[in-house]
Amino acid sequence: MTPGFANPVLDAQACFRCVLDAMARPGTMHAVQGPADTGLDPATAAVLLTLCDADTSVCSQIGDKATTIPWLQFHCGAPIHSADQAEFIVTDQLEWSSYGIGSDDAPERSATVILQVAALGSGATLTLSGPGIAEATSLAVAGLPDDFAAQWARNRARFPRGFDVILCAGDRMAALPRSVTVA
Amino acid sequence: MAVLARAPGAELEAAGALLPPYTVVRGPELGLVLLRGRAGGTGAAFNVGEATLARCTVRSDAGYVGHAYCLGRDLRQAELAAALDAALQDPARATAIKAAVIAPLAHAQAERRRATAERAAATQVQFLTLATGRS
Repeated sequence: MTPGFANPVLDAQACFRCVLDAMARPGTMHAVQGPADTGLDPATAAVLLTLCDADTSVCSQIGDKATTIPWLQFHCGAPIHSADQAEFIVTDQLEWSSYGIGSDDAPERSATVILQVAALGSGATLTLSGPGIAEATSLAVAGLPDDFAAQWARNRARFPRGFDVILCAGDRMAALPRSVTVA
Repeated sequence: MAVLARAPGAELEAAGALLPPYTVVRGPELGLVLLRGRAGGTGAAFNVGEATLARCTVRSDAGYVGHAYCLGRDLRQAELAAALDAALQDPARATAIKAAVIAPLAHAQAERRRATAERAAATQVQFLTLATGRS
């Protein structure tokens, strides 16, 4: 069992602001302060501590389950569900068809995937466009599957349904809301 | 744990020297707990009110995780009680800490309870004597 945020209120507020900015301006990278030694990257741990609580179900498919899940339950009190029922999925391996995408009536019921990748700011470059981006922007991500753009196009096509992705690596995070187009 | 939860932080401070090094995992922090009670003929549970609570979780360097929840606002008490909880799980330390910390505290608390009970008992009024005097 390792500590969560050093200062739970202020750190969570700062991280929440970063998540808001990242979602509003897809492709921008944000540095977040997160706890170390959790078995997760600091950014992944910080986003989980910020977004999850007793009212949000979580599915953890990352790290050593014997340490990650008790840590998550202790600090967030979040119930653990399977990937298709959880509101937040933390993973390092996308399974495109297994997450909740909401319905046309209630698109907000979809899942948010917290995807821990090898690195942000290096690796393959994604060209992003859509709401929140003036014309186009680029985001370099290492560790995404080769067919990411093609699979993302399918997620984009069913808008307003679809899931959102928060990318985390080290102490950096960026977001890909479902409205963004990846080329 | 009950002994530690009732012991004021100042009394626990003396035990600090016996404690192995530890890391705070959460807190110490304050919060409210909802107290539930039962009264009346049916005994259905109802909410009495809320009480302030200090809680803390620590992990000793030996890997034991200790938790403490103490009524009141004494953060230091919660932290020391959690550290003692972790140390008490360590078989190598448990006996020494029980003898040096827990036993004296339990004795002092029993003594205080007994003194209060004695003071209260001295003021007891025997209402039954009135009833018997009338018959």
